[in-house]
Amino acid sequence: MTRAWHLLGWVYLALAFGFILLPVGVLVLFSFQDGRLPVPPFRGPSLRWYADVLADRRLMAGLGNSLLVASVSATVALGLGFLAAVGLARHRLPGAALLRLVLIAPMTVSYLIIALGLLSLYNRAGVGLSLWTAGVGHVVINLPLCFAILYAAMGPHLRAAERAARDLGAGEAAVLWHVTAPMLAPALLAAWFLAFTFSWDEFIIAFLLTRFDVTLPVEIWSLLRSGISPRANAIGSLVFLVSVVVVMVVQLVALRRTRR
Amino acid sequence: MTAAVTLKDLTMRYGDFTALDGVSLALEAGEFVVLLGPSGCGKSTLLAILGGFVTPTSGRVHIGGRDMAGVAPKDRPTTTMFQDYALFPHMTLVDNVAFGLRMRGMGRRARRARAEELLALVGLEGAGRRHPDALSGGQRQRVALARALAVEPQVLLLDEPLGALDLKLRRQMQDELKAIQRRVGTTFVHVTHDQEEAMAIADRIVLMNAGRIEDEGPAREVYLRPRSLFSAAFMGEVNQIPGQGTGAALDTQLGRLPLAASGPMMLCLRPEAIAAGPVHGAPEAPPAIDLGPARLVEATFFGTHHRAHFAPLAAPDLRLVAHLPQGAAPEPGATARLWARAAVLLPHPAPEPTR
Amino acid sequence: MSPKAGTRQGWGFVAPALLWTAAFFVAPFALMVWLSLSRLEGRTVVPGPGLDNYIRFFTEPSLLRGLVVSLEITAVVTVVSVALAYPLAAIIAFRVPRRWQRVVLVLAILPFWTSYVVRSYAWLLVLGQGGAVNAALMGLGITEAPLQLSATRFATVTGFVHFFVMLLTLTIYANLVQLSPNYARAAADLGAGRVATFVHVILPLTLPGVVTGAFLTFVLCMGDYITPQILGGNRELTLPQLIMMQLGRRGDFPMASAMAVILMAVVSLAYLACARWLRVERI
Repeated sequence: MTRAWHLLGWVYLALAFGFILLPVGVLVLFSFQDGRLPVPPFRGPSLRWYADVLADRRLMAGLGNSLLVASVSATVALGLGFLAAVGLARHRLPGAALLRLVLIAPMTVSYLIIALGLLSLYNRAGVGLSLWTAGVGHVVINLPLCFAILYAAMGPHLRAAERAARDLGAGEAAVLWHVTAPMLAPALLAAWFLAFTFSWDEFIIAFLLTRFDVTLPVEIWSLLRSGISPRANAIGSLVFLVSVVVVMVVQLVALRRTRR
Repeated sequence: MTAAVTLKDLTMRYGDFTALDGVSLALEAGEFVVLLGPSGCGKSTLLAILGGFVTPTSGRVHIGGRDMAGVAPKDRPTTTMFQDYALFPHMTLVDNVAFGLRMRGMGRRARRARAEELLALVGLEGAGRRHPDALSGGQRQRVALARALAVEPQVLLLDEPLGALDLKLRRQMQDELKAIQRRVGTTFVHVTHDQEEAMAIADRIVLMNAGRIEDEGPAREVYLRPRSLFSAAFMGEVNQIPGQGTGAALDTQLGRLPLAASGPMMLCLRPEAIAAGPVHGAPEAPPAIDLGPARLVEATFFGTHHRAHFAPLAAPDLRLVAHLPQGAAPEPGATARLWARAAVLLPHPAPEPTR
Repeated sequence: MSPKAGTRQGWGFVAPALLWTAAFFVAPFALMVWLSLSRLEGRTVVPGPGLDNYIRFFTEPSLLRGLVVSLEITAVVTVVSVALAYPLAAIIAFRVPRRWQRVVLVLAILPFWTSYVVRSYAWLLVLGQGGAVNAALMGLGITEAPLQLSATRFATVTGFVHFFVMLLTLTIYANLVQLSPNYARAAADLGAGRVATFVHVILPLTLPGVVTGAFLTFVLCMGDYITPQILGGNRELTLPQLIMMQLGRRGDFPMASAMAVILMAVVSLAYLACARWLRVERI
């Protein structure tokens, strides 16, 4: 009985992993396809599609744009979220619960709705669409995330340390610089990278709020409209590779920090 | 460095709740004062007001003659040793201890040297490069003390710093705190709810209850001559026998006792002040008071003494607790004559003791 | 520091984020609601207020159908994802040796790190006419002709389930490992069997986490445009697809806004339905 349960568990695990990893496996495998269609049978391996993608001006421009929008919007969202979390964690403000709710609210709204609202606003205000208009939208979706992560990390532990620092003669700026920020470093790092990935991968806001310069997901989208091709596999695999490397680096940094 | 502290008519209200109700107190420079009381009595609020973390609703605080109104914690001549220590987890011990000096603009070399000195003072020499999370509770406590002392405050505030330690370590730290205070000479204001700790370290105990000062004085004074029933009960176990004063004597369930009193009074007897002798033995010399014969209900051996419960023959429903000497051999059912060697009379009815 | 100065300083810290949210979230949203009450005549917006768009939405079958399709897909996706993710999270939390759990978990969410657009595209490759699944089925002789798998609701649901199984596995796992093993021990000690322990102890304790994850699934699935657009074909359209159509074909912002408001309303209803188990601040 117990043995059957055990076996069932491992079989389930294997099947689930098959399901989860299947599309990525197919994606990466057929990025090496030596042919025009990324479907069986597999011919290859060949790196021609990678060469093709790397030589594609528009894709590479999209990649650069995505990096720019993601890093700037993540930094802005982190800054705003950090200040708001400090304000709400330290001070008893009237209506604090409502303030928290307002700041978190964008997290519960579909990106499509946020994009539509901003698009209407830009139209009405006569603001032309650009990378920056999309970046504003990315800050809107990432601000609640950064705020929530940092607010949660500001436990009584941190407040006690800040109080002790003030007691020992530190002014507000010194408290933020010497105590608050270093103690929150892991949370700050995590929030920034999460915001970065969300922005980096976001499609619908970038799609509706950019015009001439577009981000990578939008560029990939227009690539897909011309049908399936190993080029899409290649650029998809490259994005995947970059993301995995970044995640691993963050994990290693975080691990080393916690070990110390 | 050290300074006198004066508190005048301090009141602190949180909405309807009054945490401090017109407290006035004068602390001498270099004194080791313990604020004692049950949780919610206002002792921690008082400490937070001294540290500048809380602004009182009304009243004044002077430290070293200087009015502290509107002075931020960072600018006060006080530092606090917090209940949870609040060590900075991302700094080494030296950096923790040197933090206050750094904020005062002291150079790196000088402040590190000073920090090492202080770590040595609290018995942690050579441990300066470690991080707080590598320390035991007792060690963290020492670092917190060193950090608070590093800036040479005029007044050191200690907020139940020994609460998290186990009993044995607490005793040891009490002795060390007292010794360090003697050495640095700073005024210490220490908050605790443990009356034994208060007696172990205080030059003066300030006993608080419901936002007011209930009693104050050296440990001996507060323990032996409490000024209120609350104080008597809080400082240690006490037998309470209600009575009615007739002027020259006190009428109780045990009969008329030779104690000058008038009006309703409570006779308070510490267990160790009650002695048991033979029923028909020779009377003890005054001021010992004859409490009459009593039957021993039960007794438990406590190491230093036997804790015995007596039922007086005159009032069989009353229970008197007495500490009998280690060498005694109490037999349940036996009868003995009880003598009160020290007694305190307090007006009764008084506010109900809350502990 | 006086309480008043402290409060002022607090507002100073919160103000930038609050202004940003007000300008780029609350204001656009209000504008959208106002637009939804207006009408489009030709290419100009005629200010309302009027309920024309809402009346049209609920009376025109092709539009109302979008809401029904979205709800059906979302319901199926949410139920299937939870049903698949819970056992997976439990196996990882209780069967996999502790030191391997981190690795297994990283593997379980590996496809998270591909681009969202690319992930749907990858399923298109897997499920397409000449795709891996059909190739395997025909190779094994189970079917003779390729099955129509892509451009169906099945494909949309598969794409969604794939994404949300990862998400839910992560949240449910986090809930399971933070349970003290003593709960299960206590239940067993008191005579509960494996199933009884799960039903009466583990499940109720993890329910808030599961509901939170399910709600998140609902919100994201309900509002997603890409997955049905890539995988679903064009025989039936979801609400987000219809919203995008209003924008693209006619620039009908008022109608698109009305539909967005309806989408919001559905999500809010779902929120109220499970509010007592939700811990939004934990998301």
